[in-house]
Amino acid sequence: MRIGVLYSRIRAEEKLIVEELQRRGVDFEMIDVRQVIFNLETAVSWQQYDVILERCVSHSQALAVLQILNSWGIPTVNTAQVAQVCGDKLNTTLTLLAHGVPSPEVRIALSTESALQTMEDMGYPVVLKPAVGSWGRLLAKVNDREAAEAILEHKETLGSYHHSIFYIQEYVDKPGRDIRSFVVGEETICAITRSSAHWITNTARGGQSANCPVTPEIDNLSRAAAQAVGGGVVAVDLLETRDGRLLVNEVNYTMEFRNSITPTGVDIPSRIVDYVLSVGEAGRLKSGDWRLRHSPISNFHSPITNGGRP
Amino acid sequence: MTTVICVECDGELEMTDDVLVGEIVECPDCGVELEVTSVSPLTIELAPEVEEDWGE
Repeated sequence: MRIGVLYSRIRAEEKLIVEELQRRGVDFEMIDVRQVIFNLETAVSWQQYDVILERCVSHSQALAVLQILNSWGIPTVNTAQVAQVCGDKLNTTLTLLAHGVPSPEVRIALSTESALQTMEDMGYPVVLKPAVGSWGRLLAKVNDREAAEAILEHKETLGSYHHSIFYIQEYVDKPGRDIRSFVVGEETICAITRSSAHWITNTARGGQSANCPVTPEIDNLSRAAAQAVGGGVVAVDLLETRDGRLLVNEVNYTMEFRNSITPTGVDIPSRIVDYVLSVGEAGRLKSGDWRLRHSPISNFHSPITNGGRP
Repeated sequence: MTTVICVECDGELEMTDDVLVGEIVECPDCGVELEVTSVSPLTIELAPEVEEDWGE
């Protein structure tokens, strides 16, 4: 079993995963995605890996690489399908809705005029989010029409073309915290609360983490969300409403967990490595030797339809 | 422990022996983020700026 670990930046999480791989004596190689060149006509140099663990910090790079690897039938954690769904909030919402997973109300507008009208119709406050982005960046809680007009003008003037898709979400008046659960394979392995006086509770923005017991409701909803996006190793962000409901806000496919190990007592990197090894092993057992079937210029398998599995 | 010099402020950084290529360290003097580009010999460069599609 040989594992490739794709990265573009060694965060605390990647270091913990590397330490776990080393501790177990796993044969693995760190691959800097910035140094990689793909010849799309041959998968030879990638056939040495039984599974690739993708840990890139850039969504665009991650998605491109996963699409290539999955098209060659090389197993990855996570798959291109999962990255495509989770890396774009519009895709995430569409997928959660299609699977009946409760999530905050979202409306999409494609011009500043229709975005303003949408916010007026939904009622303030609303939350304006970039479809692609993370760590709580560029989120705006829009409290009134004047703020809406100002933010939309800024986006129109300063934003890239991505910002011409207006993802407008109902503001959920959560109780000063949200819940992040971690799903690995079929199991919700642990959860934390992220508390902050600010409405943005991301730990990257200073939110404080604490253990959150995994109730049956959290477990069911987390696994449903993970299954909806395509499974694998994901972190599910849950919002509690004032009337006691839980909504899935986002699903993260290259999750950060450095602040979640101590409060939960769960060895998250170990669980990730367990899963990666199982995917590599399953790929070998399922296809015999997939390398024989996926020789250079092999058949193209859509990463969307085959889930990245050979 | 190995000492390297910050490329931004010439401050000294103490690096542990288990440092990895690609790891990001922060200069204790000027606060700039630095990327480890080699461990033998130990070299650092300014880390790339955070981009819009970065995250988890």
